[in-house]
Amino acid sequence: MRRRLRLVFGAVAALLLGAALWEGYKAVGSDDGASLFGVRVLPRADDSAMPHVLDILRRFGEPELAGGDPIWLVVLDACLFTLRSVAVGFGVGAVIGLVLAVVMQRFRVVERGLLPYVILSQTVPLIALAPVIAGWGGKLSLGSYPWQPWMSVATIAAYLAFFPIAVGMLRGLHSPAAIAEELMHSYAAGWWRTLVKLRLPASTPYLFPALRLAGAAAVVGAVVGEISTGTRGGVGRLVIEYSREATGDPAKVYTAMIGAALLGLAVAALVGAAEFLLNRRRRVLV
Amino acid sequence: MTAVALSGVGKVFNAGRADQVVALTGVDLTVESGQFVSLIGPSGCGKSTLLRLVADLIPLTTGTLTVAGKPARKARLDQEYGIAFQQAGLFEWRTVLRNVELPLELRGTGRRERKRRAEEMLELVGLADFAAHYPAQLSGGMQQRVAIARALAVHPPLLLMDEPFGALDEMTRERLQDELLRICAQTGTSTIFVTHSIPEAVYLSDRVVVMSPRPGRITDVIEIDLGPRSEATRQSAGFFAGITKVRRALRGTPAPASASAEVAAG
Repeated sequence: MRRRLRLVFGAVAALLLGAALWEGYKAVGSDDGASLFGVRVLPRADDSAMPHVLDILRRFGEPELAGGDPIWLVVLDACLFTLRSVAVGFGVGAVIGLVLAVVMQRFRVVERGLLPYVILSQTVPLIALAPVIAGWGGKLSLGSYPWQPWMSVATIAAYLAFFPIAVGMLRGLHSPAAIAEELMHSYAAGWWRTLVKLRLPASTPYLFPALRLAGAAAVVGAVVGEISTGTRGGVGRLVIEYSREATGDPAKVYTAMIGAALLGLAVAALVGAAEFLLNRRRRVLV
Repeated sequence: MTAVALSGVGKVFNAGRADQVVALTGVDLTVESGQFVSLIGPSGCGKSTLLRLVADLIPLTTGTLTVAGKPARKARLDQEYGIAFQQAGLFEWRTVLRNVELPLELRGTGRRERKRRAEEMLELVGLADFAAHYPAQLSGGMQQRVAIARALAVHPPLLLMDEPFGALDEMTRERLQDELLRICAQTGTSTIFVTHSIPEAVYLSDRVVVMSPRPGRITDVIEIDLGPRSEATRQSAGFFAGITKVRRALRGTPAPASASAEVAAG
């Protein structure tokens, strides 16, 4: 109980510290920022570049456009829309990553041949990839169900999410000691049963950090995917739309960015909750 | 009844390559049912390799090897033996009970029978109260006892042990030696026990097989007859005589002619 209290206290303190730094810089920083040899090294601190924290919070309560829904509701809706792409992308990415890891573990040749491409896949700039995926999407359909733009976004999220899982799980599947593998061999356990009884359980310490990374990657993928494919309805789109209004309404774009950040936190929390539930089942009471 | 029979067994690692190693050559050995046989020798003499050949964890290069009258591979598939290593090698995500259940699970034993057998084995090694614990909560000696219980869970006619007490302190070691002898007597299990401790080999064994390296081979087999073991056995003249015999066999090089004859035969 005391640990939980300290955790909550720490989170609140971190938030307050962040806000204090923001406001502190605003108070001492020059409105034009600071430049060194023509390169700006410190951001401008005027109200249009760095609105007051309270202004941003207040902006959440005000309508998006005159007479419209309050902005917190618009951002929440957009986040939920994006969450669908994130969830689908994360799920698909996790399955693909897991299957890749299992196949790479099983066949040394595949690991040697495939792993470089898996790593290479992450060096392709997302901005270049997104329009291509969106373009393919226009020609696809899932049976009678037409391809939706959010599916392209989910594909991009999956593209980023599969990587940490493939790499993390590969390490996890390789992690059992040689003696444990010999033991399974002595029990006449084949590949599949060694996988189920030994490799998969042994890889859970590697799985959850990988899932956390994948969750974050899926959020980034979805937001960037929305921006670069121009998909409407998500929080990525809001960031773009609101940033166009930044001169007149500087607080607005920050509401969308905070929304995107909260979405990432929510996904991380979901993964954490799953880990907690699994660990509770097998908690070690020392 | 013969538990294990090896004749002319040889093992070559990396055959035909620059780093070829002759690990074992010309090994003839028979272990009768219910017998306790120790393999002793300096490191590199192939005693662990010999054990792994019997366990069919590695294939042999020459000779024949039968376990319970079957080829080693068939014996492994039929789970004719239980095995324990220097490290307990318990699965840390399973409770003690579920660790002992593992070989039964893989054999397709029903849930209830599995639990009953595992509990019986834990009783045998004196850990019945720790069934619900996780390996990380146990001391090294207790973990090793769980590993022995796991090796015995399928009631194998043969127990293979590779320096199972090597990492334990002397007190725990002696206690576990007594427990092992009691369990083997109680279950009628034959045992092949790899060790590099001379007193341990003498105390436990009916026969001590002395091995020598480069190439790994059997140089001597010493019969030990100490009768039922007790605390007094460790102080008895016969025990020390046995130790002296084994030590001599380990040190004294046998007639070089016979060794080179074995190499030629292998």
